[in-house]
Amino acid sequence: MTNVTDAALARALKVAGSVPDPEVPCVTIADLGILRGVERDAAGAIVVRLTPTYSGCPAVIAIEMAVEAALLDAGVEARVERVITPAWTTDWITREGREKLRAYGIAPPVGASGGRRAFFSEDTIACPRCGSARTTKVSEFGSTACKAHYRCDACFEPFDYFKCI
Amino acid sequence: MATAQARAAPAGDDAAFRALLEIADDCLILGHRLSEWCGHAPSLEEDLALANMGLDLLGQARALYAHLGEIEGKGRSEDDLAFLRRERDYVNCLLVERKNGDFAVTMARQLYFAAFMQPFWRAVAATSTDAALAGIAAKAEKEMAYHLRHAGEWVIRLGDGTEESAARMQAAVDELHRYTGEMFLASPARARAIADGLLPDAGSLRPEWERTIATVFAEADLTAPEVRSAQKGGRDGIHGEDMGHLLAELQFMQRAYPGQAW
Repeated sequence: MTNVTDAALARALKVAGSVPDPEVPCVTIADLGILRGVERDAAGAIVVRLTPTYSGCPAVIAIEMAVEAALLDAGVEARVERVITPAWTTDWITREGREKLRAYGIAPPVGASGGRRAFFSEDTIACPRCGSARTTKVSEFGSTACKAHYRCDACFEPFDYFKCI
Repeated sequence: MATAQARAAPAGDDAAFRALLEIADDCLILGHRLSEWCGHAPSLEEDLALANMGLDLLGQARALYAHLGEIEGKGRSEDDLAFLRRERDYVNCLLVERKNGDFAVTMARQLYFAAFMQPFWRAVAATSTDAALAGIAAKAEKEMAYHLRHAGEWVIRLGDGTEESAARMQAAVDELHRYTGEMFLASPARARAIADGLLPDAGSLRPEWERTIATVFAEADLTAPEVRSAQKGGRDGIHGEDMGHLLAELQFMQRAYPGQAW
């Protein structure tokens, strides 16, 4: 994250960083690592840089508009820019963000992102409700692009798992 | 390695535009095919899976079309490129436009495509002279990795499943295998893009693709058919009869209500 050297910039960072994710509202875009930086461009204007999670994430425009609205509400003059390099990874979700996800009932990503994985490989995902490691993957594709659908075999509750990518 | 050079978009370069258009069209057309499963998949989980992966492909196509609009520099938007061309102007390979068929046909098509695109995007991200394209590729590679896993697992499950599922999976492979060769061919524009370092040579990735397919087929107990009449033509805009029907639906809104926007 950018070194913040002036008050307006600090305020822009605070305001943008507090915007919740529209599909997972328990975490902010800063928690998810979607907010890539807040800085001044060559002309001195404040730029808020955001990155999409998945290529086809339908929330991208909603997030950009929410950030613009939050900045406007706070009286901060800044523009929002979309960056795609480097590609977003769940490795950027903060420790605090992971705890918020778990408390909300979504198992946070396990391990570090990697390339190809073996067919039928399974990670052990602990149930976010009872903590049991006895869980079963129902489908790798859940309620949003970033989540898989699991079932706990101990407390029998279904839950979302934030996929590692 | 091209990374040491300036990695700039090839503005105004017709060959580069045409070469990247092939990839953008592959993503759009396959993404549209997957969207046709919405509400029709064999289970709710698969309905979500196919819609999710269709969305990934549409997202990749959008990023590529927007980038292509900039390369072309004539003010065409991603929507203009996606919706306002004629059939002969689409340069997707024939494999991606093939009809969904049964679930086995769709899974075979997914496997063939993803087993190629995952290493292809990896190579683009590592070597392309175009930094913006490399960025699109780095993202797309992660997505194609799980498309490949999803399709590979289904092909193994069905091929190594019941008598009925095995017969259908083998029939799907027999039907589609002849369309796979086109992914590795280089059109004149593509050959230029390869020479310029914009794109890696798809042909050089064929051994890796063949290994992936062979691994899956061995586990699925499937046999790769001998291809006697390899099918191609999509890169020249020569499509099968199903393409027109696909475009009629894909383009309906823009044809009926020109300029319509959200």
